[in-house]
Amino acid sequence: MNHCTSCQKALEGSWLVCTGCGAVQRNAAIDYFQALGQERRFGVNAATLEREFHRLSRRLHPDRFARASAEEQQNSLAATALLNDAWRTLRDPVTRLEYLLKLEGYAVGEEHAGKGKSAERQPPSDLLEEVFELNMQLEELRMSQKMGEAADEAVVKDLAATGVRFESMLQAVDDALAAEGAKWDTGAAEARTGAATQMIQLLDRRRYLRNLVRDVRETLGAAA
Amino acid sequence: MEYIVGIDLGTTNSLVAYMQGDVPVVIPGVDGSNLVPSIVALDPLPQGTDQAGGAARPTVTVGNSARRALIASPERAIYSVKRLMGRGIEDIGEELKFFPFRIAPDVQPGEVLRITLGEMNFTPSEISAYVLRQLKRNAERFLGMPVKKAVITVPAYFNDAQRQATRDAGRMAGLEVLRLVNEPTAAALAYGLDRATDGSEPTRTVAVYDLGGGTFDISILKLNDGIFEVVATNGDTHLGGDDIDNLLLLVALDEIRTEHGVDLRQQPDAIQALRKSVIEAKIALSSDAVARLDIELPGGQRYQREIPREVYEQLIAPVLERTAGPCRQALADAGLTPEQIDEVVLVGGSTRIPAVRRLVDEMFHLSMRGRKPHTELNPDEVVAMGAAVQASILAGTSSATDQLLLLDVTPLSLGIEALGGVVARVLQRNSTIPASATEHFTTGVDGQTNVAIHVLQGERELAKDCRSLARFDLKGIPPMSAGMPRIEVKFLIDANGILQVSAREQRSGTEAQIEVKPTYGLTDEQVEAMILDSFDNAESDFAERQLIEARLEAETILSAVNKAPENGAWLLLSDAERAEIFAARDQLVAVQSSSDLKGIRDATTALDQATRRFAELMMDQAVSSAMRGKTMQAADQTLNENSAEIHAPHPFAHAEIDEDAAIAGGEMRKRQ
Repeated sequence: MNHCTSCQKALEGSWLVCTGCGAVQRNAAIDYFQALGQERRFGVNAATLEREFHRLSRRLHPDRFARASAEEQQNSLAATALLNDAWRTLRDPVTRLEYLLKLEGYAVGEEHAGKGKSAERQPPSDLLEEVFELNMQLEELRMSQKMGEAADEAVVKDLAATGVRFESMLQAVDDALAAEGAKWDTGAAEARTGAATQMIQLLDRRRYLRNLVRDVRETLGAAA
Repeated sequence: MEYIVGIDLGTTNSLVAYMQGDVPVVIPGVDGSNLVPSIVALDPLPQGTDQAGGAARPTVTVGNSARRALIASPERAIYSVKRLMGRGIEDIGEELKFFPFRIAPDVQPGEVLRITLGEMNFTPSEISAYVLRQLKRNAERFLGMPVKKAVITVPAYFNDAQRQATRDAGRMAGLEVLRLVNEPTAAALAYGLDRATDGSEPTRTVAVYDLGGGTFDISILKLNDGIFEVVATNGDTHLGGDDIDNLLLLVALDEIRTEHGVDLRQQPDAIQALRKSVIEAKIALSSDAVARLDIELPGGQRYQREIPREVYEQLIAPVLERTAGPCRQALADAGLTPEQIDEVVLVGGSTRIPAVRRLVDEMFHLSMRGRKPHTELNPDEVVAMGAAVQASILAGTSSATDQLLLLDVTPLSLGIEALGGVVARVLQRNSTIPASATEHFTTGVDGQTNVAIHVLQGERELAKDCRSLARFDLKGIPPMSAGMPRIEVKFLIDANGILQVSAREQRSGTEAQIEVKPTYGLTDEQVEAMILDSFDNAESDFAERQLIEARLEAETILSAVNKAPENGAWLLLSDAERAEIFAARDQLVAVQSSSDLKGIRDATTALDQATRRFAELMMDQAVSSAMRGKTMQAADQTLNENSAEIHAPHPFAHAEIDEDAAIAGGEMRKRQ
């Protein structure tokens, strides 16, 4: 429970603005879920979230405070920046999940795998062979691009096919993340811990796959 | 009631607009034109002016009247200065190849540029401030009250330094800049306003393609119940109609050299005259199938060239193609296909080019879906109109705009230089602004009290390829063992797209004192010192100031008219036209010293109208004279010295010049 810094009324919905007196709250400790008036969980209703973002934007945006005092303008700026940071983070399922886990005290991404030697560069063990082959294809295509030669059509075709396969793997990871996220939302403490461990590993795998897919797209894009 | 105006500070033209009730209206200048060419010319300094001692500002001419100086005294005039805003000497090499910018010789890398006009140096912000001041005056003249607040538009793809330089220019012109708005977003506001009355509509996705004089932007927005939410933006801040002009100019210069053996490249006045001709050809080619260049060269030869539209389009294709990449990137960033774009809005004078329209049509699959881009609003004026809408939103006084809200994004990712010169991203491009990010830093040496942070803007992996925004020195860190301090640095991009940085040391709990050392840009003190005229800011006696300005305007035009008969173009006027000019002049002279503000202004406008054809003729004369390798002044001199050898443009030129000059001179003496 949090209270308005101005009228002391308990805050409902978004903690960025008081429904009672209308005061914009200046509180850097408000988290993204609180900012958008959402429960701290993985599952959110995208349409509700967007509606709330628009409603709060109308209320908080610096454009609404162009004639207000310097202090009110500062509050508006800080609150809107926090609102936008929250919207950017929560609208996307993956960044939302990462944020949720961090908020719950888990180490995610670089903090988890270690800076520089993160999972982004180490292929998941079950994919070693396929990744090796993919990298060969990528290398071949890049070489021919560098030399200004026309790309070998067979290589392009193979690479495109591999790209599609990796994209479907990425989709599978996203589905698995959503399933674990649902477990988190509904489960008891023990189930949550298990889901968190799963999700952290899935996120590592996802980062690796995403980078590969991006490389494939870029290389194919340059060949087109 | 106080007006907040909307200003489009363009590369080629600038405009000022305001909300007249619920409708944005562009404010015309003294000459009745809505467009003020972004040309600034330094007037000749009064004889015997002591440069070092003179605290007074030099006088400058802005807009249409400065245009002639481009040809008559190119070393005292400047155009397209927007290309230099917020840039350093190290990144303008390309510009210097094509634009006659004279950079002060002592400018060092990392410093704010200074440009030489005549005997003085100016920063790009100061030059822009002169243009803004002219717009401010036009608005004050039109509205009859002081104007102190403005919304100014900038290209969406402008970086932090370019935005700061624009805001500084506003301050120097005596304007409080309430908001910098991105040009394509402003255009969307201008269009969206028209259609808000259509009733409730579902979310529409709109792409704004903005190809102006010197910058290109593409923005993709979602319009939903009055909220204009930008989802992606991209662009090139050095791509526009200017580049097409330069291309045509280079071709012409090259052909003149190879076919006629005449090298005009070292003659600034001739180049400007030729530039004027190719711009006219470019404009003609938007409606005609062929344009003709016919220019007299030194030695009497003629450079005659037909430019069929197909040839022209092949020539400019590479320039136009440079807009395609940013469009594709913006679509990709927005996660949209061309089919998902409901509407396309065309903004900027260069979108009149048919080849540009074809490119846009193909890019967004418009005609194949039976759609057309929006061109209902004048592409030169739509940005200023949108700025006026945004001004109205900020003023909060119009019911037409109180449901509108613009949510814009930052066009470039923000990063900090990490070990090995790589960039660690702290904020991704296309983040809705205001936006913030927090990073933590520590020390590497025992007892270290300073940490330097290098902030960059751009998409490249290496710091050296990104735009260096600023180096921040975090000073006054309490001495601790290496790695102990936990310094929290907060980056905040405000609604103008400008970065603010704050920091504190969390271990000791003391707010670290931060010295902000800008890599580019001016300090507050420097801006303060460059404010154009303090009297513009004075609250007191607006009416008196208006009167002084009106009298100055009158004096300027009268002195030009009194010199008119010395110009060869005077002879090309009919007797009736001359009589009309004299009548208008006498009317202005009669009221000039009175306190009748409206009378002086009306008479000034009337005289301006009466001399319009003369001004055009004079411009043409200046062009042909420049092409013959002489300035007007030199030409006049030769005319007087050895009249027998001169081939005057008119058989009676010589005699009449003397006669009319004598008459005009006589009248001037009488009056004084």
